[in-house]
Amino acid sequence: MRHQSLLLGGIVLATLAFSAVQPASAADTKIERVYGTYCVQCHGLKRNGTGVNLPALSVRPRDHTDPKGMGSLPDDEIFKAIKTGGLSVNKSVLMPSWGGTLNDKQITEMVHYLRTVCKCGH
Amino acid sequence: MRTSLPMFMGLGLLALAPMQAQAGGADILKSQCSACHALSKPASVTIDDLWTRKAPDLWYAGDKFNKDWLVAWLQNPTRIRPAGYPYFKNVIKGPKHDEIDESKLKPHVHLAKADAEAVADALMAMKPDGVVQKGIYKGGSVNMRMGAMTFDKFRGCIACHKGADGKGGFSGAELTDAGKRLQPDYIASFIKDPQKIDPHIWMPTLAMNDRSIQMLTGYLIKLSGQEKK
Ligand code: HEC
Ligand code: HEC
Ligand code: HEC
Repeated sequence: MRHQSLLLGGIVLATLAFSAVQPASAADTKIERVYGTYCVQCHGLKRNGTGVNLPALSVRPRDHTDPKGMGSLPDDEIFKAIKTGGLSVNKSVLMPSWGGTLNDKQITEMVHYLRTVCKCGH
Repeated sequence: MRTSLPMFMGLGLLALAPMQAQAGGADILKSQCSACHALSKPASVTIDDLWTRKAPDLWYAGDKFNKDWLVAWLQNPTRIRPAGYPYFKNVIKGPKHDEIDESKLKPHVHLAKADAEAVADALMAMKPDGVVQKGIYKGGSVNMRMGAMTFDKFRGCIACHKGADGKGGFSGAELTDAGKRLQPDYIASFIKDPQKIDPHIWMPTLAMNDRSIQMLTGYLIKLSGQEKK
């Protein structure tokens, strides 16, 4: 018992120490997790346009794994679509604008991330 | 020896039980609700923090809910968010599209009438400054057809929210009866700038003019049969 509680105390202390040094800035969130928070609701866990909201969407979200479709979009259009929404690049309003949620650095990182998802780097 | 800790906790619970029967709303919130809901404003919120959330924040409840709805819902809670909260922890890959993992959605605790009333009183007293823009919703007549077109087509709210006839998406809160659940100024403030009320929340800021904000707020209130006099 004494050993157990010592061990337990050690774990608790270690956890506390560990969480104290965790980064606290939003900008430090891994980009996969940013995608998993905001984009997965429509583009899906498979990232191919099959999110949980798909049945409610009249336009299919872009398949981010499709090298051809994504390959045809230049980086600046992808950036614009994410920052100011589908309408701003003559696409559906169902692709929302994320400029009020993500900063330019995160959106740039997202564009790079999408290039790895489609394996269609420019 | 090994059983001593659980036994100690069990005794603690027994000792607590009679106290809770006559406890005030604030005590119930602290003892039965704070494990999942934030009752005071967190020092800071990051995207990573959203992944540790177990339930929506309640620290601005007095600026958010209608009291009648609270009293009734706490006694008989029903699902508000089709995919639970947060949605991204409860979705799994399916054959055609992601699906909700129902096994992760647990029924909400419910309270007896007197406790529900005491808790609703305590929640309604939680009105921190600067969360909601007071008086933002002006009221007035509502064109339901235009409201529906705006919600469904022009603005795409339906992608994430259930609206008229319970039709719509799954990652946001159901808004079919938003007017019963939520105060008009909260609805309008949230539509105007969700990030100001709930930083990093997965509802986008949709750059809306005041006319659209008024129209959508009026539409949602009337949709729930909650007309403003
Ligand atoms: C509410 C649903 C929804 C959410 C949430 C969403 N999207 Fe989209 N997205 C769409 C739809 C629908 C389209 C297809 C638009 C079209 O083809 O007209 C789209 C298209 C796109 C495109 C292609 C744009 C183009 O020019 O063809 C990109 C890139 C994209 N989304 C990235 C993202 C990223 C990154 C996120 C998360 C930050 C995100 N989307 C979140 C619905 C959504
Ligand atoms: C096990 C975690 C858990 C506990 C404990 C818990 N809740 Fe909740 N609560 C949730 C979740 C999850 C939701 C979201 C449910 C939904 O949207 O369908 C929720 C929703 C709510 C809502 C509606 C919030 C909104 O934004 O719509 C209220 C009010 C509420 N809870 C009050 C309470 C009170 C009061 C207690 C204590 C008596 C309590 N909860 C205890 C998990 C919890
Ligand atoms: C990409 C998904 C998405 C879109 C599009 C969207 N919302 Fe939301 N909305 C959310 C989420 C997520 C929340 C936070 C709900 C919660 O606490 O679970 C929310 C919350 C709300 C709330 C407050 C509800 C509450 O319980 O706190 C209102 C009102 C609202 N949205 C209205 C709208 C309107 C009107 C539109 C269209 C202009 C819209 N939303 C578009 C995802 C979305």
